[in-house]
Amino acid sequence: MQEILNYLTDNVLTINLWIITIFLGFEVISKVPTVLHTPLMSGSNAISGIVIIGAIVLMRQSASDDYVALGAGFIGIVLAMINVAGGHAVTNRMLEMFKKK
Amino acid sequence: MEHLSLLYIVSTVLLIVGLRRLSSPATAAKGNIIAAVGMGLAILTAMVEPIENDHGNYILILIALAIGSIIGLVVAKKVEMTAIPEMVSLFNGFGGACAVAISMVEISNFTADVSKGYIATTYLALFIGGVAFTGSLIAYGKLSGKVKDWRSGISSYFNLIWLALCLGLMAYEVIMTGEIGYLPFIILGVSLIYGFTFVLPIGGADMPVVISLLNALTGVAAALAGIVYGNMVMLLGGILVGSSGTILTVLMCQAMNRSLINVIVGGFGGSSASAAGGDQGTVKETTANDTAIMMRYAKNVTIIPGYGMAVAQAQKAAKELDKSLTERGVNVNYAIHPVAGRMPGHMNVLLAEADVSYDKLKDLEDANSQFPDTDVSLVVGANDVVNPSALDDPGSPIYGMPVLELLNSKQVVVLKRGMSKGYSGIENPLFFHDKTKMLFGDAKATIEALNDEVKSMD
Repeated sequence: MQEILNYLTDNVLTINLWIITIFLGFEVISKVPTVLHTPLMSGSNAISGIVIIGAIVLMRQSASDDYVALGAGFIGIVLAMINVAGGHAVTNRMLEMFKKK
Repeated sequence: MEHLSLLYIVSTVLLIVGLRRLSSPATAAKGNIIAAVGMGLAILTAMVEPIENDHGNYILILIALAIGSIIGLVVAKKVEMTAIPEMVSLFNGFGGACAVAISMVEISNFTADVSKGYIATTYLALFIGGVAFTGSLIAYGKLSGKVKDWRSGISSYFNLIWLALCLGLMAYEVIMTGEIGYLPFIILGVSLIYGFTFVLPIGGADMPVVISLLNALTGVAAALAGIVYGNMVMLLGGILVGSSGTILTVLMCQAMNRSLINVIVGGFGGSSASAAGGDQGTVKETTANDTAIMMRYAKNVTIIPGYGMAVAQAQKAAKELDKSLTERGVNVNYAIHPVAGRMPGHMNVLLAEADVSYDKLKDLEDANSQFPDTDVSLVVGANDVVNPSALDDPGSPIYGMPVLELLNSKQVVVLKRGMSKGYSGIENPLFFHDKTKMLFGDAKATIEALNDEVKSMD
């Protein structure tokens, strides 16, 4: 218990940031018209690919003979990049259709 | 060069501004591009920022980035617009899988002096990422028709016990400070199975809610991984997706007048008996010719699209019919239920693809206020969102869900392939109502036939 409390105290800035960003997310999205629900979901889904940063850092920190870490990082980057590139591209395609009238 | 990490701040701002713009029609396209630039900058920064224990491996990283980009862009270019929901689900699963991969490596690298909080955070990222991964795959399979709905009475109890098992194993691992040989792999397996059994029993009309929820989960997994890596852009981007995904999920639940818990634990199923069950009476069939005459001489026609329109790819045919009718002085609108189709806004995307202008698309409230003035309501492959039992049958599983109140209009014509039930498996008394006529056949072919009939009347 003590250890958990210590951890929370050590990361109090992160926790604050976490809370503020939750409210920011609510505010940013709250008044979105139904027409944009699918593109928004697709766009925010692309942003969730930000986890790719972790995979890149992981690969940079892996020794060149640490095949497990390199392999996991490689697969992680490929999959997350599909999420990022595919997500933004498909969102763009949808929104382009809205534009032409 | 040691200040390059400051670039993360710029990408965080770009992501927030991008998401903000994405939620307003006029700025959405730019917003997406801004968010993409933010993402690109974040990736670039991750490549060049100074980090401890740097081994480079740039070539491998670039190859992985290139492979992922090419696959993503090609798939995004080729996918049919009707298949967008399952594609979003699949992409989302990949993001979750990445969180799983990096958490597993992180767990295998735990040293003796690692703090319990750090272990807990890493395992949570593994668990949530794992659930988002397999859950999204099942949602993908269901939406593309590869996985059938399956549900038994015990599935919700099984899921609760399984969830408790996941959390229990993780708690044990945290208490033991992460030094138990194969336990991380068992936790990985249990988490992946939980994602599977969590989504499998949820069926029918609830799939949009599930995708939105899984999207939020991937965001949370990314944020937790951000804490593990001490990376702010991962943390902030992840939480943004987590909270915006949660809001979307809640909005969708509201549209169906249900709570999230009810969606997850309850699930519509064929099992809930309707009070109005049994013999519903007979349906009245009509012909394309009769319907065309009805619409041609109507003042106001409202088209109510549903998933059937998406499946039949009938949106362009609907637009043509709309055009022919409009040229002949008929006022044509579209009534869009928030959860029509497989995803909120799904119908708007399809109709936009067919060049239907914005102002013809009426949302639930507008449409319901206009039905008393509507002469003909033409239902194209919608079912549950026009089910009047939601209004007057307390025994119905969807009682209380806001629906399009077509019965206030003068006539209703339903285009349908056959008398099968809707995606949620609930009987629809609308089809048996006095005002309603059924027009059986493929939606696209039927609408084209209607259009020909309308044109031949001049």
